[in-house]
Amino acid sequence: MSNSFDLFRTTEEHDMLRDAVRSLAEAKIAPFAAEVDEQGRFPSEALEALQGNDLHAVHVPEEYGGAGADALATVIVIEEVARVCASSSLIPAVNKLGSLPVQLSGSEELKAKYLGALARGEGMFSYCLSEPEAGSDAAGMKTRAVRDGDFWVLNGVKRWITNAGVSEFYTVMAVTDPEKRSRGISAFVVEKGDEGVSFGAPEKKLGIKGSPTREVYFDNVRIPADRMIGAEGTGFATAMKTLDHTRVTIAAQAIGIAQGALDYAKGYVQERKQFGKAIAEFQGVQFMLADMAMKLEAARQLTYAAAAKSQRTDGDLTFFGAAAKCFASDVAMEITTDAVQLLGGYGYTRDYPVERMMRDAKITQIYEGTNQVQRIVMARNLP
Amino acid sequence: MTLKIVVCVKYVPDATGDRRFADDTTTDREGVDGLLSELDEYGVEQALRIAEASGDAEVTVLTVGPDDAKDALRKALSMGADKAVHVNDEDIHGSDVIGTSAVLAKALENTGFDLVVCGMASTDGTMGVLPALLAERLGVPQVTLLSEVSVEGGVVKGRRDGDAATEQVEAALPAVVSVTDQSGEARYPSFKGIMAAKKKPVAELDLDDLGIDADEVGLAGSWTKVADITARPARTAGTVVKDEGEGGKQLAAYLAEQKFI
Repeated sequence: MSNSFDLFRTTEEHDMLRDAVRSLAEAKIAPFAAEVDEQGRFPSEALEALQGNDLHAVHVPEEYGGAGADALATVIVIEEVARVCASSSLIPAVNKLGSLPVQLSGSEELKAKYLGALARGEGMFSYCLSEPEAGSDAAGMKTRAVRDGDFWVLNGVKRWITNAGVSEFYTVMAVTDPEKRSRGISAFVVEKGDEGVSFGAPEKKLGIKGSPTREVYFDNVRIPADRMIGAEGTGFATAMKTLDHTRVTIAAQAIGIAQGALDYAKGYVQERKQFGKAIAEFQGVQFMLADMAMKLEAARQLTYAAAAKSQRTDGDLTFFGAAAKCFASDVAMEITTDAVQLLGGYGYTRDYPVERMMRDAKITQIYEGTNQVQRIVMARNLP
Repeated sequence: MTLKIVVCVKYVPDATGDRRFADDTTTDREGVDGLLSELDEYGVEQALRIAEASGDAEVTVLTVGPDDAKDALRKALSMGADKAVHVNDEDIHGSDVIGTSAVLAKALENTGFDLVVCGMASTDGTMGVLPALLAERLGVPQVTLLSEVSVEGGVVKGRRDGDAATEQVEAALPAVVSVTDQSGEARYPSFKGIMAAKKKPVAELDLDDLGIDADEVGLAGSWTKVADITARPARTAGTVVKDEGEGGKQLAAYLAEQKFI
């Protein structure tokens, strides 16, 4: 046995990053989490803190002015922010989701322009795939892009767009050839300021209330042809490839939320006394905490393994990304529900953070592909 | 001319964790979680700000401590310091502040400096006298407990907020300063800073390198000795005074009994 055995543990740098993000999140983000949820307002304090410390989009490569963080480091940033405020964790998470299509498939000019602007904190990046009639069946989208000389003209509606309205930049998937279904879809960068772009009313959601979710409308939006990401007809493939990587970030969010709930419950049961002793001394309570910690650790190990695969773009990333997202989010739902249970009546009130965590956890089972879709993806890509 | 700034930092037991003493009545630094003293983060921050304002400066972080103290140096390097010096010698174990200041002073002479920056106190020993001891040993002026600090034209200037007055103080370089927790929030290490810290030089020195005899420092060389340690007793329930018309008198009687009034 030797302490120099470096498999199955994070590097010293990753641990230092976790310490740094945790202190920042506890000092600058956590104090506003309840208010952000209660008022359903954007966590501007979190955006400022993350941008001020270059943590808002750590995945952007150094050559485009970013921090150049690997996929595991990005996961750690999202996890630690989600531990105190799930809404705020959508800042680094959606910045990766929105910009990864550009990073994976965009031209050098497009990367320099938009990844640079994202890294400099000039604007956030959202991802527009879903539509009112095209959710799990994303290829059934109706948003159209029609070529007009050196321009493309976009028309249509995108739904469930995270951070819509507050983001400056949008990756938009649109049909360029209706005959070819998924191979007739192309991806574009659209800017908030482009004429014809507008937003619907914010959705009234169960959780992640601090992160606006809105429809995005494209009404004859005319954009230069060089805003197309990759070649014509490759948009759907880019969108799916992006999700292989970013499902890992949803898993990160899920384990962060679950860790926040477990940490809170662990503290509470040692303080709360019934029948003359701390409820932590009851074996029934201990068994619940043991199960929660066991599930969380299993989810974390799977997520970190998937993050490593994302960084290396391993051939089995599709399975691992879906598995990590699905497992971590199911586990987060269980752990946050159990945390509420451990706090009893108090847990059910907004005076304690665990009910918020339980509501926030639910979305991780739904977005970036429902967990039913994840199981389809896994079944088609069994290792 | 490059402005040479050296920040003295200490690796201390995490105040939020379990802190205890070792069998030889010294602070247990082996079996507990440690970190860069929070009060020293302010020193690192001010050194970095002075360096940034000067445009031509080099920030060195210096610590005296066991192997794990390198974590404190790594943190300061990840915040942006350029290099580090770690004085690590088993014979230093148990040194009081007199001994520690002797080691630091030699290390500072060895490294060279224009400005030495310290925190206002350590979060474990909390003596707060080290900056003054250093200045005395080095024969340079000291301007301590600053809540604002800057360097202009070979002079370090700052503001000291006292209970009765606010003083504007300055000293010609080379000098020793200490900064308070009001001097400005310390930055968080960035991802780039963390990655860069790994490649920054950390010089390891021992007592031989500094020309210090082992008997000048450590438990044997210390001027003070901890004779005994007793843990503070757990808080008791206290006395409950129920007001049934005589509550005020009872409170006054209690306070008089405790010699408060």
